[in-house]
Formats: sequence, structure tokens, C-alpha cells
Amino acid sequence: MEIELKLTDREKQQHCLNLDTDWGFNLMEILKASEFPVEGTCGGMALCASCHIYIKSYEHELPPQSEQELLILDQVFDVTSESRLACQIPLSILQGNLEIELAPQQ
Amino acid sequence: MSQADILIIGAGPCGLFTVFEAGLLKLKCHLVDALPTAGGQLSEIYPKKPIYDIPGYPEVIAEDLVNNLLKQIEPFKPEFTLGERAEKLEKLENGQFKLTTNHGTEIQAPVIFIAGGLGCFEPRKPPIGNIADFELKGVDYIIKNPEKYRDQNVVIAGGGDSALDWSIYLSSVAKRVTVIHRRTEFRGALESVHKLIELVENKQVDLITEAEVVGLQGEDRLQKVLVKTPQSTMELATDYFIPLFGLTPKLGPIADWNLNIDKNAILVNTLDYSTNVPGIFAVGDINTYEGKLKLILCGFHETTVAVQSAYRIVHGGKKPSFKYTTVTGIEQL
Repeated sequence: MEIELKLTDREKQQHCLNLDTDWGFNLMEILKASEFPVEGTCGGMALCASCHIYIKSYEHELPPQSEQELLILDQVFDVTSESRLACQIPLSILQGNLEIELAPQQ
Repeated sequence: MSQADILIIGAGPCGLFTVFEAGLLKLKCHLVDALPTAGGQLSEIYPKKPIYDIPGYPEVIAEDLVNNLLKQIEPFKPEFTLGERAEKLEKLENGQFKLTTNHGTEIQAPVIFIAGGLGCFEPRKPPIGNIADFELKGVDYIIKNPEKYRDQNVVIAGGGDSALDWSIYLSSVAKRVTVIHRRTEFRGALESVHKLIELVENKQVDLITEAEVVGLQGEDRLQKVLVKTPQSTMELATDYFIPLFGLTPKLGPIADWNLNIDKNAILVNTLDYSTNVPGIFAVGDINTYEGKLKLILCGFHETTVAVQSAYRIVHGGKKPSFKYTTVTGIEQL
């Protein structure tokens, strides 16, 4: 399925990406491949929080955070109720357009 | 001072396999790692996870791969310096490098292999503007000697295991312990959470939830922290502020070794994975080049190629003779 990803970067610039949910990547990998300043240092194991994002708008429900994701989000800064780790969101679970913002760099 | 042919920084899978490939060329290795056990991420982060892309293993548990690598390198008798961080690297007049760890251990070698993986795990520092001004003057990120806090007022920030455990421990050492936590619930071990709540109920620990330390004040050293809650911002007099927000991987002191770095990784020449500093190679997750894949098996390849060049450096330009292990077997060092 084709979906639209709207993204606000750390300079508050807006970007728009068209994604295919069949690609088999997670959101961190897409952001990294699209050259947004997302490090993904731990490779997607929810360990470093370098892919911390805010979910600004999504019409459907995202799967709940794993214990590991909650643990890491508990230890980083600028966390809000919209916080997620992009590496824990596989494209395959997205059911519609998504709007996100990159959290400040740690 | 310890002497080796190759000094390997990082005892993860790539560092361990370097010992094997170097051993085939009769090069002696010494491994240094900041973690107390060998295996790097595999031992520290995901010991029980299966890995599926190691050639010849349909599936292998991370810690089993580490144990097998340790067994594979046994004949080459590597030396280990574990639990010490590679801190300072100097080039000596004899052309060799001298590495000094944060514990003062010195090791000398003509060749350095950096197999540092994600880098060193360092404490996460809260984004408070002037926090650096108070480091070692009241702000500590790691508790080394709890006696330092005897009869002192201590503010601890964080809600994980480390913050809980130290709050409980210091409640019987410090004059007063105040715990500042962003949320109302804790994510640490249940037993620790219950213990802390008991201490709070018995007024042995002060707990401020839904709060963050947003400012630090003091003349020559820390005297007050500013604590922001949904209702107000208050001043809290204290001798120490200890933010405990876990660890995050950083390149660490390696970043100051004059190596060409791109996005937290060391740039290498894919001819032999050498860095811009002659005699220093970087292999595995810590290096970067066009087409880089952060895979254990790629690291194995990189280090196999790199030790060929290392041999030339150790033996004054002499080319190593290439032999298959099926022909020669493994000769002990």
C-alpha cells in the first residue's frame, strides 16, 4: 500500500515522502536512507534512542510500545506523549498516512 | 609495559576474529575493551538472541558465537585487558604506538586495530545549559565511591534501575536523598520500586514526580538545583546532583586520535581497511566506506584483509605467504 509520510525536521522544515508499506523496512531505516539526521546507532534494537520522533498525526492506532522501547524513552530527554522510536515502527504495520517530527538531538 | 604485534581495541566478534587471522600469520594480539567481558554487543546487549547470517550456521545464539570465537582463538594465546577504556594513543620514537587505558595500563604495538563497534557506552547527560560548568563540582554522572556522599544532600534524577538502586543505597549514607522523576511510575525492578516507595513513606527519601531538573546554580560549586513541576519551578539546596539516565554509545576518546571521521564512524580505505593514520586500521561496525554494511560477516572479511597489511608493517614490508588452513592446520603461537 502507498502512504504519505509528512515530516518536520529539526529546523522546522516540512518534507513529504511517498512510501510503500511492502518495502520491509522500519521507519528509522527509511529516515536514514532518505538522509535525514537520524543516526540509528544501535541498528534498530531500541537501545540508543537516536531515532526518537513525535507522532503528530495518524488516523489509525500504532501497536503499543514494547518494554524495551518504554525503558529507553524513560531515560532520554524531550519525551512527550507523542514520543516513539522510529526503529520500532515497521512500515508494514502502517495503515494510512503519517505525520511525524524529529525530536531534538540528544 | 605489555608488548604485542597488533593491539586490538574492542573485544567484540570482529576484534576476536582478528586474533585468529593474525594468529595464522603468527602475529601476537592484545585486546582491550571497556566492558568487563569479551563479546561486545553480543554479550552486553543481545546474548540470548539468535543470529541467522553467519555462514555455516543456520542459526547461532549470540553468546554461543562469542564462546566459539574465544575457543577458535585459544591456540593464539591473546592477552586481554578488559573493563578498561582505551584512552590515549601516542606514537613513540621507535615507530610503535603506546596505548594508555583509563586505569593507566600501557600497551605497546606497531599496529592498532580499532574494532570498537558502536563505541564506548557513556552516560546520557540531561540538556541543562550550564551542566558542564558543574561537572566534578557537584554534578556526577556515575557513582564510583558512595562514601563521597556521606552526610551530604544529594539529588538523583531518573527512573530506571540505576536511579532506584542508588537512591535506596544512598538513603542510608547521605544526609538527605531527593529523587526527581519525570513520570509518576517507575520502570525499574519491582522489588526496587517497592523499596523506594517504602523509604519515601518512612520519610527517608524525598520523591518529586512529574518533575525535571531544569537549572543548576552555585558560586564555585553546585549549591542549588531548579526543579520544574507542572505547578511551579522551585529551588532545592543540594551538595550533589546525580543524573542517572542510562548509557548511550559514543565514539569516546577515539574521536580525538586525528582519524578521519564521518557521522561517528572511522573512514577507511577499502583496499585494506586502513585509516588515514598509517598503522591504524578500523574494522567492523566502527568503520565506514561507500557500500558499508554493518554485519558481523563483513567485519570478519574486513579484518582478514587488514591483517595482511598489518603483517607487512610488523615485518618491515615483507609480504605474508598465503596458506589455506586446510593445508597447514592451526599452529599454536
